[in-house]
Amino acid sequence: MPLDPSFAGRTWPPTEPYLVGREKIREFARAIGADDAEYHDPAAARALGYADVVAPPTFPIVVTMAATGQIIDDPELGIDYARVVHGDQKFEYAGRPVVAGDSLVCVNTVEEIIQRSGHDFITTRTDVSTESGEPVVTAWSKLVQRGQEQ
Amino acid sequence: MNGELPPQTYRVTRTDLIRYAGASGDFNVIHWSDRLASKVGLPGVIAHGMFTMALAGRAVTTWAGDGGTVVQFSVRFSRPVPVPDTDEGTEVEVSGVVKEVTDDGLTRIAITATCHGEKVLTLATATFRKR
Repeated sequence: MPLDPSFAGRTWPPTEPYLVGREKIREFARAIGADDAEYHDPAAARALGYADVVAPPTFPIVVTMAATGQIIDDPELGIDYARVVHGDQKFEYAGRPVVAGDSLVCVNTVEEIIQRSGHDFITTRTDVSTESGEPVVTAWSKLVQRGQEQ
Repeated sequence: MNGELPPQTYRVTRTDLIRYAGASGDFNVIHWSDRLASKVGLPGVIAHGMFTMALAGRAVTTWAGDGGTVVQFSVRFSRPVPVPDTDEGTEVEVSGVVKEVTDDGLTRIAITATCHGEKVLTLATATFRKR
């Protein structure tokens, strides 16, 4: 069944704050094989002018993907996650990277839902800011729900 | 600053996908079960698109010299990266070309990422601020 296009334009209430931990950043950096000092060593990060270890540029997906559970897990929308593959991804930073100690709040919006060649395409936008309201990064994800095998 | 990122080759194995699943929280079955991946029409387990994007990010940030300077990063996942259940797994190669350096200190890079010679990312660009 195609995804309900009336979900487009819908915005959800802000998520509970996600506290970015130093060890989580290190764990993520290790998982992508990134051993650059600013991801692991607080002193190295401070020497570059950051408050604490820096998260790699794709790290916000950890926070935004959990947040978009609001959309993905909505039974009314009815996404079958096993049939979902990632189409596009974009991050735009407001002026600084995510660093350990950030407490991040996400606001999710469905920007678009379309159907093409039997597949459903859903584009979500997640605006990520600190609990005190400083914009940090915006993430756009286009997900493709593959059509059922004929 | 040179106009090209030297090509980087990254090996990707099932172990890497398991580790990435745990670190990122993306436990989609298509990244660890051949049985369930095949069921939805995939050739078998495929890498997380975000894992491939992270490898492209590594190539950029290592070259930029500071992982915190990225202001924009976007990709299209043009084809999946199948990761066979072997010791060797597969390889992703990432290279890039500087497309633009603006007066206000931004460098925009067009990224190429391939697996077995085929592009796995298209429309892949990263912009970072010069320190």
